[in-house]
Amino acid sequence: MLSYAIRRLFGTLPTLLLIVAIAFFMMRLAPGGPFDKERRVSVAVEQNLIKAYRLDESLPMQFVRYLGNVLQGDFGPSFQYKDFSVTELIWSGFPVSLALGGAAILIATVLGLLLGALAALRQNGPVDYAVMATAMTGIAIPNFVVAPVLTLFFGLMLGWLPVGGWSGIDNAILPVTALCLPQVAVIARLTRGSMIEVLRGNYIRTARAKGLPERLVVARHAMRAALVPVVSYLGPAVAAIITGSIVIEQIFGIPGIGRYFVQGALNRDYTLVMGVTIFYGALIILFNLAVDLIYGLLDPKVRYD
Amino acid sequence: MRSFRIALKSALVALLFALATATAAQAEMVLHRGNGTEPETIDPAKSTGVTENAIENDLFEGLVTFSPDGKEVPGVAESWEISDDGTVYTFRLRDDAKWSNGDPVTANDFVYSFRRTVDPATASDYAPILSPIVNASAIIAGENTDIASLGVVAIDDLTLQITLNGPTPYILGLLTHNVAFPVHQATVEEFGDEWTRPGNMVSNGAFMLEDWVPQSQLTVVRNPNFHAADEVMLDKIVFYPTEDLAEELKRYRAGELDITYDVPSDQVTWLEENMADEFHNTPYLGTYYYVINLTKEPLGADLRIRQALALAIDREILTEKITQAGELPAYAWVPPDIAGYTQQATFYKDMSQDERNAMAAELMAEAGHGPDNPLAIELLYNTSDNHKKIAVAIASMWKKIGVETTLTNQEWKVYLESRDQKNYQIARAAWIGDYADPLNFLELFLSDAGERNDAGYSNPEFDRLLAEAAGTVDPAARMKLLEQAEKIFLDDVALIPIYHYTSQHMISPKVVGWEFNILDIHLGRYISLVE
Repeated sequence: MLSYAIRRLFGTLPTLLLIVAIAFFMMRLAPGGPFDKERRVSVAVEQNLIKAYRLDESLPMQFVRYLGNVLQGDFGPSFQYKDFSVTELIWSGFPVSLALGGAAILIATVLGLLLGALAALRQNGPVDYAVMATAMTGIAIPNFVVAPVLTLFFGLMLGWLPVGGWSGIDNAILPVTALCLPQVAVIARLTRGSMIEVLRGNYIRTARAKGLPERLVVARHAMRAALVPVVSYLGPAVAAIITGSIVIEQIFGIPGIGRYFVQGALNRDYTLVMGVTIFYGALIILFNLAVDLIYGLLDPKVRYD
Repeated sequence: MRSFRIALKSALVALLFALATATAAQAEMVLHRGNGTEPETIDPAKSTGVTENAIENDLFEGLVTFSPDGKEVPGVAESWEISDDGTVYTFRLRDDAKWSNGDPVTANDFVYSFRRTVDPATASDYAPILSPIVNASAIIAGENTDIASLGVVAIDDLTLQITLNGPTPYILGLLTHNVAFPVHQATVEEFGDEWTRPGNMVSNGAFMLEDWVPQSQLTVVRNPNFHAADEVMLDKIVFYPTEDLAEELKRYRAGELDITYDVPSDQVTWLEENMADEFHNTPYLGTYYYVINLTKEPLGADLRIRQALALAIDREILTEKITQAGELPAYAWVPPDIAGYTQQATFYKDMSQDERNAMAAELMAEAGHGPDNPLAIELLYNTSDNHKKIAVAIASMWKKIGVETTLTNQEWKVYLESRDQKNYQIARAAWIGDYADPLNFLELFLSDAGERNDAGYSNPEFDRLLAEAAGTVDPAARMKLLEQAEKIFLDDVALIPIYHYTSQHMISPKVVGWEFNILDIHLGRYISLVE
């Protein structure tokens, strides 16, 4: 397994390079530039800005220079947020998004697995329908509806929790709830579906025939097999959640990196967009690798070659 | 029993500690202020936006500063003399002005800062507003490489002399802009691009930078070395980025913010009914308008069509029913309430809307168009619900006079590029004044204004009047010339004014010292909180 992991890691380098190249050239294709503002700067000032950021060099030249910097760990200055470098912005925002997203996905996974397993075991009963109906609403209602409703209810009307900001545990409760609700729903559905599939298996019948208590049958045997699709989903999902949700961060005023993806693109902040794209790409590659390795733990039939 | 006593003692300690911190926190006066977007930079030479300006106004003080009602009053300069021809301003600086690290503020600081701002290497967006200063434009453009030739000199430590190209009565207003704020030379030279970080920054205003967590909050604390520090009542101001206006309002209502940056327009009616004493809606120095591309046919050639389009818009209905935020219908380009300037008016200002519609239909018929021979027009606006609502309403008003409007919306940067390249027929636009002088609005449409003149307007008489005004010393005579220029401009219908902006804020009843002014600038040094 170790050699497989190492081989995979080497294989990620060309993938990452491709991501960087595509993102770089696509960003430049978009009309409008980082210095286009409503107060149009004079030609002289625009020339100064372009020279200062080396945008007057040819595109391939800029790309090579950028790659060189990245390999030394320098993602460049942010065009939009001039007082900070991209590295600093990502480094200050990522722990926040990680804390928020990590907590949300952890809670969502635990709850989702429990609810999904419950629904599968009581298939077609009232519990099953209740869980699935709640799951549907969780998936259907978008988080930019859930979040303001939560702040209105718990923040404004009841006054139990703060409406926005990021200065204590209190501030985390509502955003984590808003983030994890759709995830609970998805994971519950996935678990239920695969659990139902697994519970039909021969080895489950054998385990029951042996006289194993039901909870051991489920926890030790069925769950491991049922986890496979959930893990496949979780790989990219965790990467996506811990890189922040722009909606949640904007609504709750949380200093994560989610909004850098969108704001960076809208502002044509080339370096910021490249920085977060590379970061996100690297995370997804890493998590996909982790997922593949976890398969080996869950499913004894999986071999690495 | 022993463990119980220990537990009791630790509980007591905890309680006392909590009480102590609670009372300490209460003793501190902290203002929580919603500030719109995350600041791009707080280097006063480089920042361009209103959010950054609000923070810099508290961190720095220029030669001239604002009174609570928005008038220019002495700042670091306690007095000044103007030469007879109006081109040389000699400022006497206060002898007690200090930086936050105790260094005195000298005329050399200003010389250094002005030179840094016009230096092409600094790449300051706003440097061009200093163009009235001798050699400023040439230095910014890189044509003049001798930065020391800038018309800003230190006669001695406390005397600064600024030489202008011509009499510029609004120069004092210009000097309140953040681009004219002083920066601490030693700090900038030592830390380079990182001089604005908390811990590095040295500033000369009523407050100094304590902390900055990007996207979360920016905290400033009182500067004990400020020359009027004993008049400053606030201990701390916390600026929060608040892009989602609905959430900002909620945070205000929950008591987390004392002042909001803006107000969601769809809740204005509710706020006026339920929170009227906290909702402040006051005129703001800006105009929302539709600019017409005069380089394209048929609009460029036919004045009648442009007039008809301007006439057919019912601005009262727009501001009452559609935008509903108390904006003022606009019949002029330059907004009202600029001291010394008589607001001009388009020719149709005093007509009733029925009369305007009738005249519009007539003009369109003369031009050969009507409901049976409609004119096709493309209207461009940047993606936003508010702009869309207005555009849809205006399109239906135009339909009545025989105009078929195609609505196009583009994302912000793309839309700006379209306007720059004159790749549009009619586009929505807005202009907020940098300083309270009509020139800031009128000079956009000089024939040599380049991309900023996206209408492609060119009228030699207009140019001549503005040039003459630039050489006029007497402020009243200058204003008369500018009024004439605006009248000509309005009659040429290069743009269709729609409404004048208002600034809207929720302000907690605890806040004292916030006064209405047309630039919507409110310095923290005048503000205090009462319980």
